[in-house]
Amino acid sequence: MADIPAAGTVPEMRRDEELTTADGRPLRVALRRSQRQLRRRAFYLVAPLLVFLLVTFGWPIANMIAGSVYNPEVAHFLPLTSSAISDWDGEDVPGEDVFAAMAMDMESGLANRTIGRAAGRINREIPGARSLVMGTARDLEDMQPPYREAFLAEDERWGDLEFWRLIKRETRIVTPAYYLLALDFEYNSRGEIVERPEIYQVYRQLFWRTAWMSLTITALCVLLGYPVAHLLATLPLKTSNVLMILVLLPFWTSLLVRTSAWIVLLQQQGVINDLLVWANIIDASGRIRMIYNQTGTIIAMTHILLPFMILPLYSVMKTIPPSYMRAARSLGATQFTAFTKVYMPLTIPGVAAGVLLVFILAIGYYITPALVGGESGIFISNLIAQNMQGTSAQLKLASALATILLVGVLFFYWLFNKLIGVDRLKFG
Amino acid sequence: MPEASTRQSDPGAASYVRFEGVQKSYDGETLVVKDLNLDIARGEFLTMLGPSGSGKTTCLMMLAGFESTTHGAIYLHDQRIDNVPPHKRGIGMVFQNYALFPHMTVRENLAFPLKVRGMGRSDIETRVKRALEMVELPNFGDRRPAQLSGGQQQRVAVARALVFEPDLVLMDEPLGALDKQLREQMQFEIKHIHESLGVTVVYVTHDQTEALTMSDRVAVFNDGVIKQLSTPDVLYEEPANAFVAQFIGENNRLYGEVVEAGDAGSAVTVRLDSGQHVKALPVAVSGARGERTTLSLRPERVKVNPPEGSVPNVLEGKVAEVIYLGDHIRTRFSVAGHDDFVVKIPNAAEHPRMHEGDMVKLGWAIEDCRALDA
Ligand SMILES: Nc1ncnc2c1ncn2[C@@H]1O[C@H](COP(=O)(O)OP(=O)(O)OP(=O)(O)O)[C@@H](O)[C@H]1O
Ligand SMILES: [Mg+2]
Repeated sequence: MADIPAAGTVPEMRRDEELTTADGRPLRVALRRSQRQLRRRAFYLVAPLLVFLLVTFGWPIANMIAGSVYNPEVAHFLPLTSSAISDWDGEDVPGEDVFAAMAMDMESGLANRTIGRAAGRINREIPGARSLVMGTARDLEDMQPPYREAFLAEDERWGDLEFWRLIKRETRIVTPAYYLLALDFEYNSRGEIVERPEIYQVYRQLFWRTAWMSLTITALCVLLGYPVAHLLATLPLKTSNVLMILVLLPFWTSLLVRTSAWIVLLQQQGVINDLLVWANIIDASGRIRMIYNQTGTIIAMTHILLPFMILPLYSVMKTIPPSYMRAARSLGATQFTAFTKVYMPLTIPGVAAGVLLVFILAIGYYITPALVGGESGIFISNLIAQNMQGTSAQLKLASALATILLVGVLFFYWLFNKLIGVDRLKFG
Repeated sequence: MPEASTRQSDPGAASYVRFEGVQKSYDGETLVVKDLNLDIARGEFLTMLGPSGSGKTTCLMMLAGFESTTHGAIYLHDQRIDNVPPHKRGIGMVFQNYALFPHMTVRENLAFPLKVRGMGRSDIETRVKRALEMVELPNFGDRRPAQLSGGQQQRVAVARALVFEPDLVLMDEPLGALDKQLREQMQFEIKHIHESLGVTVVYVTHDQTEALTMSDRVAVFNDGVIKQLSTPDVLYEEPANAFVAQFIGENNRLYGEVVEAGDAGSAVTVRLDSGQHVKALPVAVSGARGERTTLSLRPERVKVNPPEGSVPNVLEGKVAEVIYLGDHIRTRFSVAGHDDFVVKIPNAAEHPRMHEGDMVKLGWAIEDCRALDA
C-alpha cells in the first residue's frame, strides 16, 4: 500500500506496457515467482519418496539393464590382445603380434588374478577354453618368443579360428549376446546369429506362456469379478460391507498361506479329489491332476489377483447412479439393453484399470507359479530367479530376461494407453 | 382453470391413470403410501406436492414400474399395469438429476429411446432434430451432457422423455437443481410443451409456487396420504384442512373450540384460547360444542382498522414488527396470545404507516376465516 502515491493517483500505465504489480515488478514475473514457490514446496514434499525410489528402484533397474549388455571381461582383462586383434581379418590364425599381446596379457593377468575371469567368459561360449587359457598361462614362464609357435606347440587348439573369432567378437564392451540367449538365439561358430538347437529353446516359449496365461487369468478375473463388484455396488451398505470384507480377506492372509491352501484343496490326494471320489463322480484311480500344472497356476493366481479387479470395478460402479438404468428402462430398453448400452460403457474405466493391474501383476508373478506350477505352469519370472541363484547363476542372462519382461510390460501399458487412455482409468 | 374444475367435478370422465387403494411399504413395518386413490385425466397436468418424505417419488416410481405396489392396483388406459415391466409401459420420465447418459452425446441420448424401438435411421434423425428444436437447442446435438449448463441438461432430459412420443410423462422435481430465474423460465417452457403436445404430465415438486403456477390440479401429500386434490385456486382459497392451509401460501392460525354451531352450513362461533369469540366458516368441523378447531386466515384478507360494523370479527392487535416490502408492508401483530399473526397491508394512501407498539383493530369476514381440523 505504501507504494501507491497519495491523493489516489495511480501510476500511469501505457497500453503497450506490461502489467506490473504494486511495487513495479512485471505481473508475469511475479506470478511465475509465486508459482515457483508452490512448485518448490511440492517438490520438497515428494523429495524423500523420490530419493527412496531412485535408490531402491531406479538405480537397480538401470543397473540391471546396463548389466544385461555389459561385457567387460575380454576388453578389460585382455586389453593388449583386444587392440591387437582388431586388425585381424579372421581368415587365418592370427600373427605373432596377437600372440605376443596375449602372452603379455596373461602375464599381467596372472599377477592380478584376473586371467581367470577372462578365461571363464570365453569358456561359457567354448567349453574347455578355460583350461586352455589357464594351462598356457601357467606354462608361460618357460616359453620364449615367438609366442605364436610356442603357443601352438603347447596346445594345437591355439590354432582354432573359432576361438580367435570369439575373442574378437567379445572385445565389444556392449554385447547383445544375452538378449539373443534370452530369445533362444545364439552366435554360431562363424559369428552369425542363429536359433539355438531345439532342445535348448526355453525362453521364447516361456514368455509366450506367461503372456497367454496372464491373459487367461485376467479374463477370468473380469468374468468372476464383474458380477461380484456389481452386487457389492448395488446392495445396501450393511450387506455390501460384509461382502467387501470377504473380498478383502485374501489381502489379509499371507500369500504363502493362500497358495498352500490351494495345494491342500487341489492336489491328487486333496480335498476336491476326495470329494469327487466320495461322490462317485470319478473313481479312485482317475483322480484329476489340478495342481503342479497350468491349471493349478491359473486357479491359484485368479484367486489371488481377483481383489485387484474387484476393487477398481467396485469404486467405478459405486459412482453410477441407479437412475441411469432406470432412465434407460423408462425409455424403452430391456434390462439387457440397458445393461449393455448404458451400464457397461460406464464401467469401462474400472474394467480397464482392473485389467491393467491384474495383467501387469500376473505377468511378473513368481511365488504362486513356483509353488503350484510344476513343470508346465511356471512363468518367466521363475526362470529369471533360477538364473540368479545357485552356482550356475547367469546374472546377465537373468538381467536380459528381466529387461525383456519390463519392456513387454511397458509395451502393454503403451498399447493400453493408445486404446483406452490411461487418464480415463479409475483405480479407486 | 375452469376446464380443470369441471374435470375434477365430473366423476364420469374416463380416467387415464388410476391409482386404486394403493399402499406401499419398503420395510414391512411402516406404510410410506397409505391407501392412495387418484384419477388422472388424459392431457391433464397433475402435480404431487408435499414435504420431503411424504411419498411423492414412491408414487411416481410405482407408476413408472420401478417399485412394486404392496397392495392395490394401478391402471393405465384401463389396463392393470402392475405386472408390466417398465420398458413396456411407454411412460416418459424426467429424473431429478436428469440421468442423461454421460458417455453419449446429446444426439445419442435423444436417439436412444428410438433406437431401442428399432426405428429407422432417417426417422430417428428427423425426430431427434425436431426434439432439439422443441427445446431450443438445435446446435447442441454433438455435445456431451457434461458440456451443458444445468438448464440445458434439463431441457435435453425433457426432450429425451418426449422424443418417443409417450402419452404420459412423469417428472420428479425436474427443476430442483436450477436457480430461481432459470426455474421460472423452465416452468414456463414445460407448461408450454405440455399444452402444445397435449401429453399427460404427472409432476412432483415440493415448491408450492411451482405447483400452483403450472398445474391443472394439485395433489397435496403428507405422510403418504393425499390431503387435498384440487385446482390451485381452490387449494389456496378453500383449503380443506389445517395442513393444506399451512402448506399452501401464508396462513395465520388461531386455536380455539366451537361454542355455538350455526344453522346448517353457516357460521360457527369459536371461543379462542385467549377468551375472545370469533365467527368462522365451518369447513372441517362437525359443529359439536367443545370441538377443538384451528382457524385459518390469509394475511391479505385481514383488514386493518375496518369501519365500524363492516365486519363481524374484530380483534385488538399490537404491532410487533413492520417490514417494508415496497408494494406492501408486512406487519406482524400480537393477537389473541399469538405473536406470529401476519397482515399484508397494501402500500396505499388510505393506510397510515404503523409503528411497533401501536394498538390496532383487525377485522375479517366470516368466509375468510375457515374453521379447520385441530
Ligand atoms: N428404497 C427405499 N427403501 C426404504 N425406504 C425408502 C426407499 N425410498 C424411499 N423410502 C422412504 O419412503 C418415504 C417416502 O420417500 P419418497 O422418496 O417417496 O419421498 P418424497 O416425497 O419423494 O420426498 P422428497 O421430496 O424428499 O423427494 C421416506 O420416508 C423414505 O425414507
Ligand atoms: Mg422425491
